[in-house]
Amino acid sequence: MNEWWNYRLRSFLLFSLRTYDRLIEDYNAQLWPLQAVLVAVAVAGLLALARQPSPARNRSVLAALAAAWCTVAWLFEHQRFAAINWAADYAALLFAVQALALSWAALRRGVALRVESALDRLALAVAALGGAVYPLLTAWLGRSWARAEVFALMPGPTALATVGCLLLAKPVRKRLLVVPLLVCGFEGALLWGLYLPAA
Amino acid sequence: MSIRWDRRAWLRLGAVAMAWPALRAAAQQPTPVPASRQRAIPSSGERLPVVGLGSWITFNVGRDAAARAQCADVMRAFFAAGGRLIDSSPMYGSSQEVIGEGLQRIGARDVVFAADKVWVAPASRGPAQIETSRRLWGVPRFDLLQVHNLLEWKEHLPRLFEMKAAGRVRYVGITTSEGRRMDEIEQIMRSQPIDVVQVTYSLADRRAEERIFPLARERGIAVITNRPFEQGDLLRTLQRHRLPPIAAALQCTSWAQYALKFVVSQPAVTCAIPATTRVDHVRENMAAGFGPWPDDAQRRAMHAQVEKLL
Repeated sequence: MNEWWNYRLRSFLLFSLRTYDRLIEDYNAQLWPLQAVLVAVAVAGLLALARQPSPARNRSVLAALAAAWCTVAWLFEHQRFAAINWAADYAALLFAVQALALSWAALRRGVALRVESALDRLALAVAALGGAVYPLLTAWLGRSWARAEVFALMPGPTALATVGCLLLAKPVRKRLLVVPLLVCGFEGALLWGLYLPAA
Repeated sequence: MSIRWDRRAWLRLGAVAMAWPALRAAAQQPTPVPASRQRAIPSSGERLPVVGLGSWITFNVGRDAAARAQCADVMRAFFAAGGRLIDSSPMYGSSQEVIGEGLQRIGARDVVFAADKVWVAPASRGPAQIETSRRLWGVPRFDLLQVHNLLEWKEHLPRLFEMKAAGRVRYVGITTSEGRRMDEIEQIMRSQPIDVVQVTYSLADRRAEERIFPLARERGIAVITNRPFEQGDLLRTLQRHRLPPIAAALQCTSWAQYALKFVVSQPAVTCAIPATTRVDHVRENMAAGFGPWPDDAQRRAMHAQVEKLL
């Protein structure tokens, strides 16, 4: 009997807020100014999504999301986060699977991303939150700009942007949403377990 | 002043030259460290300082060079204050590697009492994990190996006992935290020839007093206690209040010393393992092993004071 229910969220956090912050700061410093380029790419993708749909645009957006998951898996999870979290390499594998699934969806030509209803506009807002607004969360949390989390480099914004885009799919591809939603849950737990107690 | 190089001067110079190796060795002797209070491991009689050093979260700093240097400073201050036991686990991210680097940097591999854990399933992967851990620490062998959170203990413990019989580890133990699986801990303490049990014990969590401590004394098992500050939560609460008058009588200048002195003055406790990233905090913690200790009545008073504040 493992008595999992009496573990608190913090029991699973292996590192301190300071260590996590410094890891992201160092990661950002090594990759700058890639962050600015990625936010620009995300904004361009969001604008394209808001305009008339086309199969080429759909495939480009899905392919860009697949590339983003690959980057996060390799650059962040495997090369950085695994140094303080032994579970990060498992996450990297999961993200690679997500990238493959998105690539497959891009190749199949069957996924149409359209903004038609109020709910779709809400989904687009979620995608914008992940793609462009997420770095501002850093300021909201009172942390240094140097540790801002950017789409295609960190799992949180990448997952949010993916969820927003995939909710625009007609019909919605539920299986593609599993990993991004899991990541959103993990990021929320991290926020709850690390940042809010320190606020 | 000029030196006359007569026969006497040459003889003096010769005497100094002959004595040089002894003088140099004397100069290189480490400064004697203060003697902290110690408790014996019942199965061997070997004595350990009552305050050790944990590494959960605090030493998991990844590749951050500045943070690693800070961890080495903490270890240096720990040994300088007479500390010996450092505890880690393969579960603690980069902690083992950081400890290994620190031990090498400060040349303390011969001083440390190396306590680590096996934490892997299936248990057939245990020996490989232990070898990886040993390599990361950079020690010839572990002093203590514990089954972390009882994971696969039925399979791991016989292997650890074999290692002990072969001289590849000196002590064998089991661990839990926050009062989990106490019935199973008790069962193992009764049925297995373990040397050490590690449990949570603090001013806010005294569950181990009920059955674990009496059983440990009865069975001659050393007790390592973790989470003396409840991962900092206890101190964050207490630090909003002034120290009670009893603290002065016990020469406690901080809530950390107060909380730690309460833990290590419990007669069943062999060693407590607070974790920290700060040199001033490790010094403060080590001070709990010195000065007057509370008797039973004072311990009850210490707890009563804190109970009012929690």
